Amino acid sequence: MNAAETVDTRVTQHNPPSKALNLFAWFTAVSTLVLISIGGLVTSHGVGMAVPDWPTTYGYNMFLFPISQWVGGIFYEHTHRLVASGVGFLTVILCVWFWVAEKRRWLKWMGRLALILVIIQGVLGGLRVTMLKDEIGIFHGTLAQLFFLLTVFLAIVTTRSWRDLSAWRAFAPATAGLRNLVLITTILIFVQLMLGASMRHQHSGLAVPDFPLAHGRIYPKTDAETLQKYNLSRVDSRDFKPVTAAQVHLHMAHRAGAFLITGFVFAVWLRMRRATLPRSFHILSRIWVALILAQFALGVATVLSNKAADIATMHVVGGALSLCVGFTLVLLSKRHLWEHAQPLVAQRQNEPSAPQPLPA
Amino acid sequence: MKLNRLLFTAALLAAAVPAIHAGDVKGKITLNGDAPAERDITIGANDPCGKLHPNKKTRFYVVGADKGLADVFIYVKDDQSGKKFEVPAKPLLLDQVGCEYVPYIAGVQTGQKILVRNSDPVMHNVHPTPDKKTGNPEKNLAQMPKAKDLEFTYANPEMFLRFKCDVHPWMFSYVSVMNHPYFAVSDKDGNFTIANLPAGEYTIEANHRKGGVQTQKVKVDASGAATVNFAFDPK
Repeated sequence: MNAAETVDTRVTQHNPPSKALNLFAWFTAVSTLVLISIGGLVTSHGVGMAVPDWPTTYGYNMFLFPISQWVGGIFYEHTHRLVASGVGFLTVILCVWFWVAEKRRWLKWMGRLALILVIIQGVLGGLRVTMLKDEIGIFHGTLAQLFFLLTVFLAIVTTRSWRDLSAWRAFAPATAGLRNLVLITTILIFVQLMLGASMRHQHSGLAVPDFPLAHGRIYPKTDAETLQKYNLSRVDSRDFKPVTAAQVHLHMAHRAGAFLITGFVFAVWLRMRRATLPRSFHILSRIWVALILAQFALGVATVLSNKAADIATMHVVGGALSLCVGFTLVLLSKRHLWEHAQPLVAQRQNEPSAPQPLPA
Repeated sequence: MKLNRLLFTAALLAAAVPAIHAGDVKGKITLNGDAPAERDITIGANDPCGKLHPNKKTRFYVVGADKGLADVFIYVKDDQSGKKFEVPAKPLLLDQVGCEYVPYIAGVQTGQKILVRNSDPVMHNVHPTPDKKTGNPEKNLAQMPKAKDLEFTYANPEMFLRFKCDVHPWMFSYVSVMNHPYFAVSDKDGNFTIANLPAGEYTIEANHRKGGVQTQKVKVDASGAATVNFAFDPK
């Protein structure tokens, strides 16, 4: 048995994987995705300011606000706050559970990081309302995605299969040509999500109302006179803020990003087909292709439906899932680079240290 | 001494002549052709406004008799910033009734009070969203049914300052803030009157939220009256 396997065995013996903890971590991740969906509905319906105060709700304690008053835009915003409180509570439990039961010190700290991030998210959401700042909304939406990735990470690293390093090490050479491609694709998806968040939180509705053309052209005009025509001809009960040239360019960048990402995800799938990899990689790459195609279709549908709230929200959730799959593939393709490189003599009994790269 | 008094009186009269000869600029706004169809407003099943006021539609083009176009904001565009005007004591009343803001289009002077009332049996939030460039402050306040009127004033001119309700996302009112009193909103038949404009030549601008902007020159003569009409094309 080599040094790495000795450490693996000792790690597993003194810190066996907990199915209950793993299930709870997955539950927290799924709850976070549900929270992102509800947050998406809030923005899609344009009701983020329907509850003017925070942390109270129309002067009530948030948890005592009468159900009879959960009407109109208040329903979405108030539900979002309640579910956010629930996710915060789950994160507290997760953090405490890691602290008490996990022997991997770095994971205890990751649990604390999750708690800090969820608190920051809650405060950002509240400040967005009390300070009346759209910019905070953009940051709140972006941080939500990062927090979701963190919950998925915590769920993955508490699985039994993650702990079996020898299995991951075996196919490491097969992922050598893929790791950077997967990482770049995932980063592109994250940038695309940020573009999307910027578009949504400016509350100007659709900057470009048609597809595949854009205002009837391949690239729309953005001079002042043409923009005025766009804005005057826009008849919508939601009466959005006027569209600006910058918003048109942002929209077109998001469209270009969609094509680019679709190409990259297909490239990942094709490369994986030719490689000898565990089944999980092939399944994930197929899911990734399906998700990206669905995302593309949802993006088109968002435009053609004049940004119908339910379709736009599904597009947000699809984006989160696409990012999640990419992140998972990055994590798994680099799994063999983690763990135990620290010499045994420096390692304290029962307390495996933070992951470090393998020696050259 | 007598000459001085005479000269003084003559100067006073000369200054007063324009005021004495202040007049009204009247006119009519019309729409060429047919207005685009208004959109249905979809109200969620959980919203009492849906049950109270079904079949709601947008109101971008309100066209009356003889193609008269309502809700056009007409005002003197010439710079009046060097002059002092008394701020009207009477506030503008914006009422939330029928799950809509009434009036939809209005005007106030800088410093004039705007009172927002909730006459509906449902709660609203009153959320004015000024253009950040004007420096007018954004606020967002809850207003329960029959609660005390909310008060707002704005120190800086702004065209179509938007008031909205986020609980009911179709509710809007647009209040233009002027630094002078020479403005009007066309009524349901498209008629308007800008009152007490001193004699002189002016640029009158008519601004419809969807129809666009038009300007015309007008001369308020010694008789104290002028007429200017506008015709908008639907977009």
